[in-house]
Amino acid sequence: MTDTDRTGAPASTSAQKQQFELGTGPGRVLVWFYGVFTVAAASRSVVQMILDFDKAPLAYILSAVAAVVYGFITYSLVRGGEKARRAALVCCAAELAGVLVVGTWTLVKPSAFPDATVWSDFGMGYLFIPVILPVTGMIWLRRARRV
Amino acid sequence: MLVALTVAVAVTALALAAWCGFAAYRDQPTKDWHFIGMAVVSVLALAQLVVGVVRLAGGERPDQGMTIFIAYLIGAFAAVPAAGFLSLTERTRWGSVTVAAGAVVLAVLEVRLYDIWGS
Repeated sequence: MTDTDRTGAPASTSAQKQQFELGTGPGRVLVWFYGVFTVAAASRSVVQMILDFDKAPLAYILSAVAAVVYGFITYSLVRGGEKARRAALVCCAAELAGVLVVGTWTLVKPSAFPDATVWSDFGMGYLFIPVILPVTGMIWLRRARRV
Repeated sequence: MLVALTVAVAVTALALAAWCGFAAYRDQPTKDWHFIGMAVVSVLALAQLVVGVVRLAGGERPDQGMTIFIAYLIGAFAAVPAAGFLSLTERTRWGSVTVAAGAVVLAVLEVRLYDIWGS
């Protein structure tokens, strides 16, 4: 991946300057965190769905949805470019909305979630990173447009 | 043995995080010495993976389930090398930040592993 990026970089920057690398610099740290959360949410939902799906189907499906969103943002950051930037921005907004809705939901009506999701209690079980990540991501993606 | 390794991995991971965080603070990419540090942490995590699997094979069972335990062992082993590869392709201070973040993630995984194994 990186080898082709390196060789292709000079040509593409001269051809179209607006092609901005989303996954480099500070973006690299975001790629790392989104990658970690893709793996965490995906493995969590897969394991729980296989072991006992009936215990808390809603929670497990939400974890799976979260995994898909995280995976797509990771992919967009690595791919770069304006289209990927916009797609990632939409996904970050969806992610933030998801964290806020599910977080509030778990506090107001805990009975709906017999088992926790990645987004339960605003991501408290994950050091609140699920809340911080989309905000950081959106700041980075908005700044990326101006560069 | 397993608990001792868990503590050892967590402590070395935090030290690695501090070290790479310092490199990022000084606006430096990860250097050879940092990669040696990552190797040390990774070898410890690998030892933990092996010891964990041996304990499972010996009939012992973690408190919170075998699947989760194995998943966390693999995740703990993969965390620092994955961050290391990212920093190889990002030769700026942000590569150092990535490794520091990876080491912090590993330390958190170790805390969870401690809970999952129990006793």
